[in-house]
Amino acid sequence: MSQDLYLLSSLPDSEEMEVSFGPQHPATHGVLRVMVRLDGERILDAKPIIGYLHRGTEKLFETMHFNGCIPHTDRLDYTTAAANNQAFVGAVERLMGVTIPPRAAWIRMMLAEMQRLASHIIWLATHALDIGAMSPFFYTFQERESILDLFEEYCGARLTLNAMRVGGQPFDLPEGWLGRLRAFVDQLPARIAEWERLLTGNRIWKQRTVGVGVISAADAINWGLTGPPLRGSGVRWDVRKALPYDGYDEVEFEVPIGQNGDTYDRYLVRMEEMRQSLRILRQCLDRLPDGPVMAKVPKVLKPPKGEVYHSVEGPKGELGFYLVSDGSTQPYRLHVRPSSFINLQSLPELVRGGLVADLVAIIGTLDIVLGEIDR
Amino acid sequence: MTNPWVAFVLVPMIKIVVILGTVVLATAYMSFFERRLVGFLQIRLGPNRVGWFGVLQPIADALKLFAKEDIVPSRVEKIVYLSGPVLIIVPSLVVFSVIPFGPPTTLFGLLPEPIAPFVTDINISVLFVMGVSSFGIYGIILGGWASNNKFSLMGGLRSAAQLISYEVPMGFAVVAVLLMAGSLSLVDIIEAQRQAHVWFVFPGIVAFFIYFVCGIAETNRNPFDLPEAEAELVGGFHTEYSGMKFAFYFLAEYANMILISSMATVLFFGGWLRPFPSWGWLSFLDVVPPFLWFVAKVAGFLYCYIWFRGTFPRVRFDQLMALGWKVFIPVSLANLMVIGAVIVLLGGGR
Repeated sequence: MSQDLYLLSSLPDSEEMEVSFGPQHPATHGVLRVMVRLDGERILDAKPIIGYLHRGTEKLFETMHFNGCIPHTDRLDYTTAAANNQAFVGAVERLMGVTIPPRAAWIRMMLAEMQRLASHIIWLATHALDIGAMSPFFYTFQERESILDLFEEYCGARLTLNAMRVGGQPFDLPEGWLGRLRAFVDQLPARIAEWERLLTGNRIWKQRTVGVGVISAADAINWGLTGPPLRGSGVRWDVRKALPYDGYDEVEFEVPIGQNGDTYDRYLVRMEEMRQSLRILRQCLDRLPDGPVMAKVPKVLKPPKGEVYHSVEGPKGELGFYLVSDGSTQPYRLHVRPSSFINLQSLPELVRGGLVADLVAIIGTLDIVLGEIDR
Repeated sequence: MTNPWVAFVLVPMIKIVVILGTVVLATAYMSFFERRLVGFLQIRLGPNRVGWFGVLQPIADALKLFAKEDIVPSRVEKIVYLSGPVLIIVPSLVVFSVIPFGPPTTLFGLLPEPIAPFVTDINISVLFVMGVSSFGIYGIILGGWASNNKFSLMGGLRSAAQLISYEVPMGFAVVAVLLMAGSLSLVDIIEAQRQAHVWFVFPGIVAFFIYFVCGIAETNRNPFDLPEAEAELVGGFHTEYSGMKFAFYFLAEYANMILISSMATVLFFGGWLRPFPSWGWLSFLDVVPPFLWFVAKVAGFLYCYIWFRGTFPRVRFDQLMALGWKVFIPVSLANLMVIGAVIVLLGGGR
């Protein structure tokens, strides 16, 4: 009997149940915790609770010299290290007025697109796993492995790349690397088609994603969504097109958009983005310029006094660094505009009225990484 | 066999021990084959370390689970919590007493007179199987409720709703077979398929489809594995169970898969009969003992279970309910009427 009282006393109302999802839950992609108010299976409200992975990175930046910050950016969103590096060094370079050699810019572009593929592959794997399709996880990770092998060959690391420096690239490409990248780029379209055969037309997959987590274009803009969640709602916004950096104005690619702003459209957008990334990579392989990979920058970086905001189109959305310098060798303040954090804000809006199963589908479709949310 | 002690005590006891042992062992090995097969489907190896190609893996797993500490969480409703695994494992093993694994056999001349390789054949076998196997739901609901865990409770409630919804169309699908066979005894149903010169799957293809899909839902397997949906409910009703108590839930799930496959074999695929039992020129197939035909058909269904698991995403709870109530129940009822009408028109109907 005491058990019953215990159960009842924790309920705000006999009809409603409050459940704490996470922070140790298989579908919250790390240490996200969501307090969910349920009426049976229906979600009345959901409140994300974050902070379980807070490491004080932004404060740490203030104690380090500029090149020392780069390894710490790797650990923001640990699945998109190249994009983080690119955004950070871009901000410092913009403040210092450094122009990097074209070959360095194109190598950055290649690394960033490979990282986008790797990140989208993880997203697909975990999203499918959350919805209950187990096999795509294994099929996709095999391809991700090839990307990580190429990263490892280039910079020695697979996940935390630390592959860019202020002023250019630390190393040129290794011998034969381009050939191996081309082999990978040539075989991936067939794999993507295979994954799509398992999911795109699958009735259960469509039932679980079409009309789930709908957000209109206006709402998406108001919530500050960027990346695939924004484009899934039909807004053609991509930092690579809008404010080109690192040679993106010299390559051709499309920005895919969805129509309905539901989970299925976001899925289609990301699948198409993978093909567009391959298209960019192919152009890079064909037209990679020769020359040095490092501009002339002083050994000790001392940007002038001032502030700057520089953003890149990360795999998960706009990733920006707001840098304030007091003219010393360390940043005075470095703020990260994380894509995952801002995309996660819309979670309560997206899940309200859905079912418990929709919650995991929507966490999956927002493609969040807690390392970037908590910093 | 004039001594009643031999006929009514010794022989049934031996049969019970042999069948129980076989089913439990088959259940354990089912988990091994599932892991190897899913591994194959997912371009990985699966367990291959223990013994030759990993064949001793289930034994090692069982030993491990036996050796585990028997944890009872502090806030559970103890009696109900402990009876959950018993309530689910007992019915799922008891039903195998009426499954006809083969025709009476002398075991290649070893026995003086033929002996039936099943415990008993009662004249309401089908009702017995459906009734007793439905009883296992109590293990899930009570286990989920007694765990005092919201996720377990939701898993238990989901499975209650799911099993009740899918029991109905499943029953209607079975009734279609009963109309064709004119008997509730499983042995008679197989005999009826021999006399009809056709497996019931051909006239009853719709009923078979409904039966098998409902069977997947009844056993909580992918794509209908909502009660234990890992991504949503962590482990569902068995989250708080560990050691042998967890093993019982696990064994019961696999035993139920074997049961559903066995029933599908008996009701729709002629049980132990070889393919096309009336075609004389196929009689060379009789070399294979009937028991092996039965096993092969069951294995085919079990393969489908694993195959689905490697392929499909999971449906959502409301979609599962909609499928059961809005599609399967009307279709199975309509199918029943069509089959009944055809039987009457053909002058059947004993």
